[in-house]
Amino acid sequence: MVVGLTHYVILSSILFCVGIFGVLTRRNAIAILMSIELMFNAVNINFVAFSKFVTPGEFIGQIFAIFVITIAAAEATVGLAIVLLIYRNFKGINVDNINLMKW
Amino acid sequence: MLANAWIIPLLPLTAFVVIVFFTHRNQRLSSFVSIGAICLSWVLALVVIGSVLKNPVSSEFKFTWLNLLGFKVEMGMLIDSLTAVMLFVVCTVSMLVHIYSVGYMHGDPRFSRFFSFLSLFSFSMLGLILANNFLGIFVFWELVGLTSYLLIGFWFEKKVASDAGKKAFITTRTGDLGFIVGILILTTAAGTFNFREMFHAVEAGHIPVALLTLGAIFLFAGAVGKSAQFPLHVWLPDAMEGPTPVSALIHAATMVAAGVYLVARTMTIYMAAENAAIVVASIGCFTAFLAASIGLVQNDIKRVLAYSTISQLGYMIMVLGLGGYTAGTFHLYTHAFFKALLFLGAGSVIHAMHTNDIWDMGGLYPKMKTTAITFIVASLSISGIFPLSGFWSKDEILAVASHYPNPIFLIVGTLVAGMTSFYMFRLCFVTFFGKPRDQHKFDHAHESPKVMTIPLIVLAVLAVIAGWVGIPWLKHGYSAFVYHHEPHHAEPNFILMIVSTLVALSGIYLAYAMYYKKSISADKLKAKFSFIYKVLYNKYYFDELYHAVIINPLLKLCDFLFGRVDVGVVDWLVNRAGRFTVFFSDVQEWFDSHIVDGAVNGTAFVTRGIGSGLKKVQTGQLQNYAFVIFFGLVLIIIFKLM
Repeated sequence: MVVGLTHYVILSSILFCVGIFGVLTRRNAIAILMSIELMFNAVNINFVAFSKFVTPGEFIGQIFAIFVITIAAAEATVGLAIVLLIYRNFKGINVDNINLMKW
Repeated sequence: MLANAWIIPLLPLTAFVVIVFFTHRNQRLSSFVSIGAICLSWVLALVVIGSVLKNPVSSEFKFTWLNLLGFKVEMGMLIDSLTAVMLFVVCTVSMLVHIYSVGYMHGDPRFSRFFSFLSLFSFSMLGLILANNFLGIFVFWELVGLTSYLLIGFWFEKKVASDAGKKAFITTRTGDLGFIVGILILTTAAGTFNFREMFHAVEAGHIPVALLTLGAIFLFAGAVGKSAQFPLHVWLPDAMEGPTPVSALIHAATMVAAGVYLVARTMTIYMAAENAAIVVASIGCFTAFLAASIGLVQNDIKRVLAYSTISQLGYMIMVLGLGGYTAGTFHLYTHAFFKALLFLGAGSVIHAMHTNDIWDMGGLYPKMKTTAITFIVASLSISGIFPLSGFWSKDEILAVASHYPNPIFLIVGTLVAGMTSFYMFRLCFVTFFGKPRDQHKFDHAHESPKVMTIPLIVLAVLAVIAGWVGIPWLKHGYSAFVYHHEPHHAEPNFILMIVSTLVALSGIYLAYAMYYKKSISADKLKAKFSFIYKVLYNKYYFDELYHAVIINPLLKLCDFLFGRVDVGVVDWLVNRAGRFTVFFSDVQEWFDSHIVDGAVNGTAFVTRGIGSGLKKVQTGQLQNYAFVIFFGLVLIIIFKLM
């Protein structure tokens, strides 16, 4: 069986949906962050797959994926710092307790 | 210098302002300011008089005050020989009265105010005699009326004084109504307020005689009010409630002479309107007799002098009506000095005795020699005894009257001269001679201080010599200075002089016999002519008549208007309007609180309801928001695909 573009796209779609599901349902802030990382990686797979099959020989998608990974690392840093502060202030990281923006 | 004559009235005005705003707390300083101003005015007046004497032409200084569609209203000064004479009289008497007042008003709590009023009066009177047009003279005319009112009612705690002030104000105002109507008639006819322009128009015959006569008679009404002529003479005797220096200055020497001055100033008009001149002469003649007869029996020293003033003013008015411009103004000039002296002398006596009733006085001569001698000099002068000043002016008046075809003026004039000398010497004998009638008051009497007696002495000198400028043999005397058109040198009429002197002497002798020697019993005469005595004593019942005919009907009318019209109609309407407004407001209040407030509250209620429903959406849970976003995205995709 030859692995084609369709397989990559299906994989990335499943990964993205898992990520969205995690973001919407998890109550743990770290789990949410990890779900976001999943969504990033689904996108990265898309970039690389389309680059390889649509424009072979040009590494545009790959370069873009590397940028996304870099930014995601930075984002994770900031996100973890926020989670740390939430932990200190709320004695926990359950996002149900974070309702300061309520009416 | 003439062009700067406006400084003369300005100085007393300045003194008035300074006293009112700065020095009124310091009585001595206030009196100094006031006296200083009038003394300076006097000096300046002498300069002006000197310059007019040197060059006796009339000079005018004016500026346009208002320009109303081509009709110019001017303000300015007219300085001629008549103005010069008036300046001398007003400044001299005013200055002496100012000085005298320092003694007379000593210890009065409103001392400063008195001097400020005196200054205001001096300003107004000087402005009046300098004015060059009818509007200007009217303004100052009203100002002297105001100061007269203020000073008559100076001791306003006394009801009689404040009543007298009001009476004087209202009575003279009655005359002033005529005055302003006269001014309007003449101004409309001549097209100018200016004296000289109007006189030119009159002499050129531009104004119909009938209109001129009407205007002149209305104009004379002002003079009648101010100079206390019949039928508006009733205010002057009551005005004696004011302080005596005021009586001397305003109600004897200067302000009351303003009416005479007005007639003299407008002589051209009266000469052109013969009928008006006859009215003037008749009223003057009648007043002279009327007032003199009342003066015969009055017991209040100042009231006798007041009636004497009215009588003498009547004399002047009469002779002006007969065309005796020189004689009338000459008598005005001499009268000012001896009448001011008489009043100041009376003030000195009142100051010592604290009473006005001559029957409480008596035998004062040894105690108050200066006052008594000066008073007798003034009495001799007013009686017309040779060679005092009154003799020359009275003689001039009788000379003019003797030239008039109808002898009534001469007869009444001579008769009044006799009556004058009688009532004046009745005063002298009762007050200064005989036995003291009230021993207690007599014991306390004393001569007045120097500040009061020195003005008396100065005035006594003037009462003797002031008339000498008018001696008929003096070709360059008064008649060559103050005249209307042509200098008129009356030939000395020896018969007239002798007759008038004899009449005056017989008046004095009668007074001597009745009140000093008692060879003729005054009481018996009183009993014999009790009816005449009663009528005279009650001043011909003029006050009662005016009360019955004018004042009471007016009061009744006012009562009626108040009770029926004001309370019945006006108040009723006002109350109805008030009630309707209250009812209307109630309706509005209901509408406001129910409809308008309901709408406003309803809006707020609905807004709050919606808000409290919608706020539940705002959970604060980020995941909820993310879910909504995702759900929306899914919806968009589904719609896109379909």
